[in-house]
Amino acid sequence: MIEAQGLIKRFGTVTAVGGVTLRAADGRITGLLGPNGAGKSTTLRMLYTVLAPDGGEAWIDGISILGEPLEARRHMGVLPHGAGLYPNLTARENIEYFGALQGLARRVRRARTAELIRRLEMDAFADRAAKGFSQGQRVKTALARALVHEPRNVLLDEPTNGLDVMAVRTLRRILVELRSEGHCILFSSHVMQEVAALCDELIVIAGGTVLVQATPEELKVRADTPSLEEAFVRLVGLEREGTST
Amino acid sequence: MTAVWRVFRKEFGETLRDRRSLIATLVLGPLLMPALIGVVLSLAIRHGGAPSDRPITLEVAHARRAPRLVAFLGQYGVRIEPVRADRDQARRRVERSHGPLLYVPRDFGARLAAGRPAPLRLYADESNRAVQAHVQRLSALIAMYGGAIARLRLVARGLDPQLLAPIALHPIDISTPQSRAALVLGMLSYAILFTMLMSGLYIAIDTTAGERERGSLEPLLTMPVKREQLVYGKMLAACAVMGVSLILTVGAFSFALRHIGLDRLGMSVNFGPAVAAGIVLGCLPLIPVGAALMTLVASYTRSYREAQTYVGLVLLVPTLPLIFANILGLRPRPALMAVPSLSQHFIIMSLLRAQPLPRLDTAISVTVTLALGVALMILAGRLYRREKLLG
Repeated sequence: MIEAQGLIKRFGTVTAVGGVTLRAADGRITGLLGPNGAGKSTTLRMLYTVLAPDGGEAWIDGISILGEPLEARRHMGVLPHGAGLYPNLTARENIEYFGALQGLARRVRRARTAELIRRLEMDAFADRAAKGFSQGQRVKTALARALVHEPRNVLLDEPTNGLDVMAVRTLRRILVELRSEGHCILFSSHVMQEVAALCDELIVIAGGTVLVQATPEELKVRADTPSLEEAFVRLVGLEREGTST
Repeated sequence: MTAVWRVFRKEFGETLRDRRSLIATLVLGPLLMPALIGVVLSLAIRHGGAPSDRPITLEVAHARRAPRLVAFLGQYGVRIEPVRADRDQARRRVERSHGPLLYVPRDFGARLAAGRPAPLRLYADESNRAVQAHVQRLSALIAMYGGAIARLRLVARGLDPQLLAPIALHPIDISTPQSRAALVLGMLSYAILFTMLMSGLYIAIDTTAGERERGSLEPLLTMPVKREQLVYGKMLAACAVMGVSLILTVGAFSFALRHIGLDRLGMSVNFGPAVAAGIVLGCLPLIPVGAALMTLVASYTRSYREAQTYVGLVLLVPTLPLIFANILGLRPRPALMAVPSLSQHFIIMSLLRAQPLPRLDTAISVTVTLALGVALMILAGRLYRREKLLG
């Protein structure tokens, strides 16, 4: 479970995130939806403790990201935006290295890596150097790397960017499987269809604040439209009019 | 500690696996440098070595105008080759052949007989080292011939020839074969230290600026490992690569210098396995300084290319004291042994010269250099906590 209370992040004079409060429950896929520059990535980066918030607090399974960042990280699997691999290591070695850094014993991380390679259908390229990987192969490897320590919570920043249809399908299947296993999944996207197809819960974010957190159905009711896309546009548009006046 | 070790193993292993970086760091530097210096030195030996043993060939224009002088030179091992040439032809001939060529003017005999200075023209291109040495010997021989004539003239006038020698100068060369060699080998310590630092460049950049540029830094920072532990592991990997490079470089130099016959230059180089081991040990403390310095600078830069530029410049910093030392002719003393890289230079030179340094000097060098390295590493660890690291 991921909870955030009033997270704030400023870069110089710009407030990128101005008090984000959200909650992502176990066994659900929560989508962080918003236009470009809304503060989605910055929010996620604070949650996975790469950026320190200027205000507010967050908890991963009840562990404070400020008080015990290392322990919080053990409870998270993270797929950052444009996650890079080590080009001279094979996919398997990339995954095992992160397993090692997560503190897994050699035998455990080997077994976990082998299982993830099978599950993500990576056998064809698992023992090739990551140098020449396609975007889909890269994302799969990065995802396996994020899951190697069996984290309860999975955070993904724009995971489907640049993926072909087949790779997107695999990713969706994995996320759905993880949900059914009771994981808490929080991912950001600006692609409406993706969010609509997957999410149990939506957090719409714009201008660095949360506009609404609701299920897709609730959202449509609120915006008084049967189309989720229309609902999103109306919500974000309202906010923009509100700020400009 | 486990995390540091795991990062170290991965970074070191990955460097060993990348063929390009391996060639750049462990083959080109450590083997090419000694090979180059070996070739330069052996060329110097072949061309500059013991010129007095070899006969001088002297072209003489109008040799018949000075038969006694020519005979005298012949007695001292100068091979005379008479040529036909006027002054202009003589000059042009030397422009091609570098000389030396002796031109005897028409009035040589007459002026000599009259007791007035008799002119001789010696054409040579002294920018050529072999020719320069020959000119020196020829000048000395001709002066000797002139001196003999002068003494005869004095005797003929009833004067003591010793009047012509008011001072008797005896230059006494106290340089030992080792110290003479060290003069030539001043560049050796520079080459060793520079190659050692250079070999850490690739890995220092790759693990910082490179990691950020590839986008692998952010996922790495989500690992439950303190950031300073990550950077310690990376710096240790750079240290290991530099250590391997140092051993290879010193080994290659030891091999090369013992096989090019420096004794022919009147130098003996003390570069057996024991000295090589001493040099490696003396230089080891400088490795953390170099690794931390390069990592520090590389983690400030935004891209791989920018990092290469700045780290390349930083590489020059530790080599500056060596240049100053050579220009100013600095000698080891305790205060200077506190200067990293300079003190390593002194240690290398003292080992090559077989003039051991005081224990205190060595201790100062090791302690101060290691302390600086540890301080820089801690600083690099601190700076790794900055958020701007992500770029």
